[in-house]
Amino acid sequence: MPYTLYDKIWNEHLVYQQEDGTSLLFVDRHLIHEVTSPQAFEGLRNSNRNVRQPSLTLAVADHNVPTTDRSKGIDDKESKIQVDTLEANCKQFGIKLFGMNDKRQGIVHIIGPEQGFTQPGTVIVCGDSHTATHGAFGSLAFGIGTSEVEHVLATQTLVQKKAKNFRINVNGKLPLGVTSKDVILQIIGKIGTAGGTGCVIEYSGSLISSLSVEQRMTICNMTIEGGARAGLIEPDKKIFDYLKDKPMSPKKENWEKALNNWKNLKSDRDAKFDKEISLEGKEILPMVTWGTSPQDVITIEGKVPNPNNEKDTDRKNSIERSLKYMGLKPDTAAKDIKIDKVFIGSCTNGRIEDLREAAKILKNKTKASHVEAMVVPGSGLVKQQAEQEGLDKIFISSGFEWREPGCSMCLAMNADKLKPEERCASTSNRNFEGRQGRGGRTHLVSPGMAAAAAISGNLDDVRKYQN
Amino acid sequence: MKKFISIKSIPAYLPIVNIDTDMIIPKQFLKTIKRTGLGKNLFFELRYDDKGNKIEDFILNQKPYDNSKILITGKNFGCGSSREHAPWALLDFGITCVISSSYADIFYNNCFKNGILPIILEEEKIKELSEYSHRKEEISVDLNEQKIVYGNNEAKFDIDPFKKKCLLEGLDDIALSLEKSDKITSFEKNLKNNKPWIFND
Repeated sequence: MPYTLYDKIWNEHLVYQQEDGTSLLFVDRHLIHEVTSPQAFEGLRNSNRNVRQPSLTLAVADHNVPTTDRSKGIDDKESKIQVDTLEANCKQFGIKLFGMNDKRQGIVHIIGPEQGFTQPGTVIVCGDSHTATHGAFGSLAFGIGTSEVEHVLATQTLVQKKAKNFRINVNGKLPLGVTSKDVILQIIGKIGTAGGTGCVIEYSGSLISSLSVEQRMTICNMTIEGGARAGLIEPDKKIFDYLKDKPMSPKKENWEKALNNWKNLKSDRDAKFDKEISLEGKEILPMVTWGTSPQDVITIEGKVPNPNNEKDTDRKNSIERSLKYMGLKPDTAAKDIKIDKVFIGSCTNGRIEDLREAAKILKNKTKASHVEAMVVPGSGLVKQQAEQEGLDKIFISSGFEWREPGCSMCLAMNADKLKPEERCASTSNRNFEGRQGRGGRTHLVSPGMAAAAAISGNLDDVRKYQN
Repeated sequence: MKKFISIKSIPAYLPIVNIDTDMIIPKQFLKTIKRTGLGKNLFFELRYDDKGNKIEDFILNQKPYDNSKILITGKNFGCGSSREHAPWALLDFGITCVISSSYADIFYNNCFKNGILPIILEEEKIKELSEYSHRKEEISVDLNEQKIVYGNNEAKFDIDPFKKKCLLEGLDDIALSLEKSDKITSFEKNLKNNKPWIFND
């Protein structure tokens, strides 16, 4: 019987299948952070349970850390307690932790691949919905709740029900100025935020194969915004080259063994998918979101929708509600939307290639005077690399702030947030009401588009600034 | 975990689609290291104005809905982040049953770990049930029978048998999985032989 890549990884991780169809699935890699783990450790202690395989879990503080000078620690009392609790829990149970002042510290989904902790064919989980990111390596990676974090710590397994197979083919080439962020925004616009519910998405096609490892991560990362818990891509030479010699990658004879195994990780040619859609690269343009759901996308040449053109009542109400929250009039051109802030960073677009893309647009230019702009590198190593390449100088001289790594204004748990009615061009992943601060208005864009918006002072077409 | 067997309550109807977990419980309340105490901040931005005063129009601020145990809501409820703080906040407020035409996967799973029953029902039935919210009449939910009784009507719902059993008996699924410890051990042994790089051996 032909199998999909998802079927194969699933089958290889089955510990036990119960009569009712639920299965116990082995977890190879578990990432934890300070926000969704304290209650799980508390649960372990309350029931006198231990961590089954401490070496298969890696911890980092990212959601709640300041992105300004860290030499004096964390000002916010509650944040400090959470970060300290993570440290104490890791110490008690023998889990490896990258502390706040470790140069390897960074966003959990950036450090996993960076360290080679993320590997093809594995099952990877984390108490964070953007765990889907790791699917770019041909792993089955998905977000879980805190009770499930506790379950993984105690048993190294999860109780799961098999999802459906959904394939999204993207063929052709990306036009100039268009990135993988635009591809995934277009996909979410097409399938909707519940389009992938109950499914694991496999991305395939010539355009997907042509993408770099980091660009693939951006696509898999936002799979959850289309409702699917996991998105994956068949691993290839680019993936293997990326992982070679990473600190936690297999070494010596294990590398050869792993490589032989990884080369077989692909869907069989005649594998059946429950759902399938296709897109052509040449039809994809630079995208922006206008509303309060990631499915609210238009091209930079487009206009904000008019609820009067909508027949479906739910949809009409939802557009009206979003327009009101966003402070936008129907039929406004995307390029006429003036912005106050720019945020470049997050697990979606906080990697070195993202910073290079933004810096390329910003070189020898300055941001509009009314715009506040900041760059938050995804990890300490990304920051270090960027500084070696002189990208920090480009950002600073164009008027951006250059910050310490973390989740920052993607979810605004730390001090980085929007004020009510402030409008932001953001390279993050969610434009929900209040996501970047109460009353804050988010427009999701690619790093190049964020840079273009900073220069123009309004949402703008990155292709205007391409050299 | 507390058992869920049946409940009777005047339902609160919140007709918004795609309610995300940021809306259910905003991030400033995720700094806790406890599971309890989140109820007062449930739907924070819909419930309180900038000054922290209750917004009277919001349904959960009105009597009798401030005591509702059942929430009826628009489709794709609980989308977005994996934060289990969302079901913790519902539970702490007193809501143990949600009725919607669809849910985001992670939120749906998280409910079952906390004794909350998320019922999936077709839109038409949801419209009928919402009338009972407007009229402030009780409806009842029976998990064992898998039915909602409203007035002289009833609506059946589907649920995964394992999840149903866990809710009815208030089972701790970690304990259940640990009963399979031998199977996990032999899986790990095979894994060490077949894929030694997983353990970095």
